[in-house]
Amino acid sequence: MNLNYIFLIPLIPLIVFLVLGIFSQKIKAGISGYIGVLGIAISTILSYFAAWQYFMVEGKLNGVYQTFTEKTVWIHFTESLHIDMGVLIDPISVMMLVVVSTVSLMVNIYSRGYMKGDDGFTRFFAYLSLFTFSMYGLVLATNLFQIYIFWELVGVSSFLLIGYYYTKTSAIAAAKKAFIVTRFADFGFLIGIFIIGYYTNTFDFQTLNDPEGSILTSWASTSFMGLSVLAWALILIFMGGAGKSAMFPLHIWLPDAMEGPTPVSALIHAATMVVAGVYLVARLFPMFYIVEEGFVLHIVAYVGAFSALFAAIIAITQTDIKRVLAFSTMSQLGYMMMALGLSGYDGHEGVGFMASMFHLFTHAMFKALLFLGAGSVIHAVHSNLLQDMGGLRKYMPVTNITFLIAALAIAGVPPLAGFWSKDEILVAAYENNQFLYLIGVFVAGLTAFYIFRIYFGIFWGKDTSYKHSPHESPGSMVIPLVVLAVLSMVAGFVPFSEFISADKAGFDTHINVPLAVIATGAGAVGILMAWIFYKKENDLASRFANAFGVFYKCTSRKFYFDEIYLFMARTIFFKNVAAPIAWFDKKFVDGTMEGIGNKTVVISEKIKGIQSGKLQDYAFGLIAGFVVIAFMFIYLWTN
Amino acid sequence: MIPGVSIHEILVLSSILFFIGVYGFITRKNLISILISVELILNSTVINFVVINKYLFPDILEGMIYGIFIIAVAAAETALAVAIIINLYRKTSSVDIKETETMKY
Repeated sequence: MNLNYIFLIPLIPLIVFLVLGIFSQKIKAGISGYIGVLGIAISTILSYFAAWQYFMVEGKLNGVYQTFTEKTVWIHFTESLHIDMGVLIDPISVMMLVVVSTVSLMVNIYSRGYMKGDDGFTRFFAYLSLFTFSMYGLVLATNLFQIYIFWELVGVSSFLLIGYYYTKTSAIAAAKKAFIVTRFADFGFLIGIFIIGYYTNTFDFQTLNDPEGSILTSWASTSFMGLSVLAWALILIFMGGAGKSAMFPLHIWLPDAMEGPTPVSALIHAATMVVAGVYLVARLFPMFYIVEEGFVLHIVAYVGAFSALFAAIIAITQTDIKRVLAFSTMSQLGYMMMALGLSGYDGHEGVGFMASMFHLFTHAMFKALLFLGAGSVIHAVHSNLLQDMGGLRKYMPVTNITFLIAALAIAGVPPLAGFWSKDEILVAAYENNQFLYLIGVFVAGLTAFYIFRIYFGIFWGKDTSYKHSPHESPGSMVIPLVVLAVLSMVAGFVPFSEFISADKAGFDTHINVPLAVIATGAGAVGILMAWIFYKKENDLASRFANAFGVFYKCTSRKFYFDEIYLFMARTIFFKNVAAPIAWFDKKFVDGTMEGIGNKTVVISEKIKGIQSGKLQDYAFGLIAGFVVIAFMFIYLWTN
Repeated sequence: MIPGVSIHEILVLSSILFFIGVYGFITRKNLISILISVELILNSTVINFVVINKYLFPDILEGMIYGIFIIAVAAAETALAVAIIINLYRKTSSVDIKETETMKY
């Protein structure tokens, strides 16, 4: 397979970023939008072409999808340990190319309308291109270090875009929080990479993931605290992935990240960057599966399932529609992690892996649509809060219908996209761990409930009177909504298991009718409850909230996790660890250094008179020195 | 070779001359005096060259030739130094060494 043009896919957004970034003052706002869209459009066409070429034409050999790489050595340590830069083409990277391209293109088009008239219009598009470049690089990475570099780059882009409204205090705080929390997680990731590099002498994905390779088995016996070192490394790598994907307990940054502009939330914090953690686990899946017979995968599964449940419960009580969607994202990411963690390797055993990737694919479409729809609503009513909305279906028909499609898709109503992928996840859970299956079904019901809660709250419910009559968004915002709505309807019909599977061979899936009925039933119950509670204005919801009392309060405050972390950081860490260290640093380290400096100044102050600038003084010194030396020599010679 | 005068006496003479020059160079405040002191130092060296050549190696002439060299160089140096001193005098109407300190700035 000819990989030369693959390099262009990340490079074009990079060039767009550089052009927009360097000439941001000179380019007119309108034109910079076109440049951004054009750059992503070219990358999108190339990505689609790559997908077609890989999946349809050249990818398969004897029924197994091949992995193609093209790389050069970047930093050379030893014969086997070196950091490469290059591209890796295999089913999941091509699938991610398609996802990133599609969502990024839609978001770029949408942003032209949404950000119109904003001061930093060009800056915004420059950041979007930087993000798209980094995300492509992450997806195409050939080894752990390359993925880490781009991993941090997407983190930086995310930081820049969350803090895009840099005059807003809350936006800056949110940007810092997102960066610090993910950095903390990435610290684990980095240590994991080092451990793997130390023990296996390679960073390369293909070598690490080779199921027949001797690298993994030969180090399985080296253990630390009862677990093999590679298992520890994988746990640490999963910690990085959990931070990026907002898994419990590293989830606290994602809701705050909603301070960024809504298209950013759609692109970064719903569809692409936050799935990087899932992608990372999927990328190393054979390794996860082999090391300690999948022990780490159990951790992945339970963390995922717990996050899914935890986030879904919180999502019910939030009043900011973007925060509901943020917790929804976290919940769906938990689903994906759970499916990955429950997956086997060969053939139908690998249904969890396939389901996870499938859900990643469909979720990107309908969650981006939900966010863009929410953005359209926010654009119209200038508020994020549910209580400021209501009855908008009369004013915004297109947004209403597209949002409804997305809501039905995420609720798992057949035949929309979410139904198919969620069904596969539940099949995987049912076959491997029935306890997690029950959680999955419960979360499916909760998902339907909270998403329809905000749907009814926005478009039905009470007839709010608006100061300015809301109107439908401009064409540049509506077109992406319609495109994504169509994708959300048809994405589920892609025969995904033929293309993507853990062993890359592909297999057939059939709909498991009883499980599908149960899942859809759970979703239907959720929708029905939301219908009763929120379709018409009534006090049922507040009565229920009162009935739950303390639990409701805890949930609406997100179980006080922000406060717990703040307590841990401020009271415990800052006061007891950081403050003494700072004292030691100031008094002792700085004191020593400053003392040396001050002494030097004092001494030189005293002896500076010697350097008078008078030639005769110097001549005297010179000759006096000669005389002394002469006498010394005479003394030595005569004795 | 001067009859009745040994090399030691002449070397003592040149040493005395040298240290008189050094003393003058260090203590004098007048630039012209300093220049003269430098000349004294140079002349004492020339005497050393000539005397050692004449008394110890009478067959060769290197010492003499070096002496002539030094005289030539000293002449050039004097011309240069006097030029500097005259320029300084035009600026400050004095030939005191203190005035040269202002040239630092």
